[in-house]
Amino acid sequence: MDDIAGKPRRSLITRRGLLVAGGIGGGTALVVGVAAANLTNIISIGAEKPDLSAFGPFVRITPDGWVTVVNKHQEMGQGAHVALAAMVAEELDADWDKVRVEAAPANTAVYKNLSMGMQATGGSTATANAWDQFRRAGAAARAMMVAAAAGTWQVAASEIKVKNGVVSHPGSGRTAPFAQLLDAAAKIAPPQSPQLKSPDQFTLIGTDRVRRKDSLAKSTGQERYTQDVLLPDMLTAMVAHPPQFGARVESFDGAAARLVAGVVDVFEIPSGIAVVASHTYAAKKGRDALKVTWNTDKAEKRSTGELLAWYREIATGKGKLKPETIHKSGKPDKAFSGEVFETSFDLPYLAHAAMEPMNCVAQVDGTRVKLTFASQIQTVDQVNTAIAVGTLPGMVEIETLSAGGSFGRRGSLTSDYTVECVHIAKKIGGNRPVKLVWTREDDMSAGCYRPLSHYQVSVKTDADGYPQAWRHIGVAQALMPVGKNTAAVEGLGKVPYVAMATDVDIQVYSPRFPVPVSFWRSVGATQTIMVTEHVIDQLARRAGRDPADYRREIYRRMGDSRRLAVLDLACQKAGWGKPLEAGWARGLAVGESFGTVVAQVAEVRLVDGRPVVRRVVGAVDCGLAVAPDQIAAQMEGGTAFGLSAALYSQILLRDGQVSNTNFDSYPILRINEMPIVETHILPSTNKPSGMGEPGTPVIAPAVANAILALTGRATRSLPFIDAEVVS
Amino acid sequence: MSFTLTVNGVVHTVEADADTPLLWVLRDSLHLTGTKFGCGVGQCGACTVHIDGQPLRSCTLAVADAGDRKITTIEAVSGPEARAILAAWVAGDVPQCGYCQSGQIMSAVALLQEIPRPSDNDIDLAMNGNICRCGTYMRIRAAIKAASQEVRAGRA
Repeated sequence: MDDIAGKPRRSLITRRGLLVAGGIGGGTALVVGVAAANLTNIISIGAEKPDLSAFGPFVRITPDGWVTVVNKHQEMGQGAHVALAAMVAEELDADWDKVRVEAAPANTAVYKNLSMGMQATGGSTATANAWDQFRRAGAAARAMMVAAAAGTWQVAASEIKVKNGVVSHPGSGRTAPFAQLLDAAAKIAPPQSPQLKSPDQFTLIGTDRVRRKDSLAKSTGQERYTQDVLLPDMLTAMVAHPPQFGARVESFDGAAARLVAGVVDVFEIPSGIAVVASHTYAAKKGRDALKVTWNTDKAEKRSTGELLAWYREIATGKGKLKPETIHKSGKPDKAFSGEVFETSFDLPYLAHAAMEPMNCVAQVDGTRVKLTFASQIQTVDQVNTAIAVGTLPGMVEIETLSAGGSFGRRGSLTSDYTVECVHIAKKIGGNRPVKLVWTREDDMSAGCYRPLSHYQVSVKTDADGYPQAWRHIGVAQALMPVGKNTAAVEGLGKVPYVAMATDVDIQVYSPRFPVPVSFWRSVGATQTIMVTEHVIDQLARRAGRDPADYRREIYRRMGDSRRLAVLDLACQKAGWGKPLEAGWARGLAVGESFGTVVAQVAEVRLVDGRPVVRRVVGAVDCGLAVAPDQIAAQMEGGTAFGLSAALYSQILLRDGQVSNTNFDSYPILRINEMPIVETHILPSTNKPSGMGEPGTPVIAPAVANAILALTGRATRSLPFIDAEVVS
Repeated sequence: MSFTLTVNGVVHTVEADADTPLLWVLRDSLHLTGTKFGCGVGQCGACTVHIDGQPLRSCTLAVADAGDRKITTIEAVSGPEARAILAAWVAGDVPQCGYCQSGQIMSAVALLQEIPRPSDNDIDLAMNGNICRCGTYMRIRAAIKAASQEVRAGRA
């Protein structure tokens, strides 16, 4: 159990030092360079530096014999805590049963994500970017223990062994647990380049002993989420938000709200009208009693159908909006004569719908701010908070808590709900804690959706039926404020079906309007993999080829050994090609995202026209498997997440208003609909790649391909089942 | 208004509006934060507690309607079924983000108390009011079956 209760929490923070920001990123290919030296200096002012433990910023060893791994990455369910702790414990040769994990404070210089240059968890990078860093931290601490023992016992360091947190010298029979050597070890400088184990020396990494440290706390109601923060004198706030994106407050009457027992204050903030109360239900009743007149002059008032019709028109190139060319090769202008395969896709806005609705606890005391919440991108939250308060990012302290799910939602680059809470706490002032609570309806209506998108795909095939020319037109709002909208066609140019074509034309139109969009688990891969994997099954049918064989031929031609290996493994385990009972069919899809390649075979039938999925056999190549059971868990959970979206999910706008605001109109996959998900991990000694997201984007095209096999009908839009019909 | 509630075997007197959902009384007044807020409309099950042994959604039960019935939350759920469920949940590393798991466990314990050897269909019926956004359903099902075996073998 990850039990830190009752234990004094040593502050890692002193008042000195630098905070360094390098960039803003959220997924692959989403990095915007803001690394200018002057900006770094501005962000640095007022920031704090860790008071380093003798073993560095990632490891503490205490006299009780416990090893505490200080994790720079947020735990939102994806298992980052256990994977990174295992890296330290492996190299330290610690007793795994006496290893615990705590979240690092906000300090970009020390705790930055090495693939993003800022403190952030996202893009499935936790294990990959920390792979060397956290193993080195463990190895350095081990070397210090060995040197301490060698000095104390006057023996050669090379004769010393470490196992399960005990240092020993077999020659003399001397042993000492870590705790006994702490004082001596603390006097030794951590080695800069400690020797790391080779994978064949691992005794913990890659084994089934790498199990979560938080299961007991999470199974007894003891895990502390933002929603559970209780602080002396704390107030609870709710905010009345505009009914449409882009609307704002015209006027309001808070008199009735103020009469609600427990309501402390009512005031306007940039995002709406805040009602601050002594407890949650009073805040809600106060909000219900508000009278607000909204100014909708600049609001988005269109419905989803209108937006999609507009997108389709945009895609024809006849409107005013100009496309960005993301990739062009060969002579695509002359490549599409004769018989051409053409299709289109409409993919909906998707909400994250994490089980814990967004929330935050903020205290503002002049220019000092304390945030206690599940911060996912601490650096950005610090900067946005500093702007709202009029202070320096370094003056914003963050205590990061576990998130009750995120799926990208807490990685919003606008820090929307965080800034909202900060504005309220600033008005309250005096360092008094304010907890902002969003209801489910607030959470679902607040935007930050996976973008609505429309794709038009044209493929000209060669005599054997393989892609010779590929045109891919995307229409989707951009996730990033600047730079090319590559996310709309994430990774497309490297997909072997596209890469094999001589003539390629990838263009994206990025309309701008007030509906906020953001990163949704696996980001652009949800669109790219859906579109390409369903197109490829249709091309295989046109060519009269088995979809697995058709893919194999392409992978072979392109030398894509990783896709080939996962495809073969998934097909073998799934019994691809063997007969199923009448009414059932298998669908296959393969996708690469965040450096990880996944193949899935889904067994599907249609009941009243709706797909039912009973079994999903998956193979995954995520490099060296650090925590195999958590890789399986992410494949199970990622598949459920992707299947839930594919079956049901869509945020629909009606006259600009969000019409799916709770689980009755935005259904989530439930236990009776959960398929059996089998996970087969490809053995690998390559550096680990991402696992939090790659399990999500493959299931939708696998199901679409099964429906194609069953009915001959191609899928041109998601979800498969209209949510309004369901509700 | 003043209400007297029996929660986890302790009698509490709380001040609240009569229409206050029991969920907020548990969380804000009694500081029993293991019971979670997820949807507020009885759709997700994160707020599931036992009322006289029956699993109910505390977000849709007004405090005035709780009466003198015995309320049990995740903090105090006990007995062989609860012990077995907890052990199976940990052994199977069921939780991911964990936010829904209090509610899942309250539903699962009530299921085993009612049906010691649940079929897959029994599990579907008892558990499909509890959403897990992380999709831990396979492990929930496996843990319920493992716990059922332990209880029936007298090992819990």
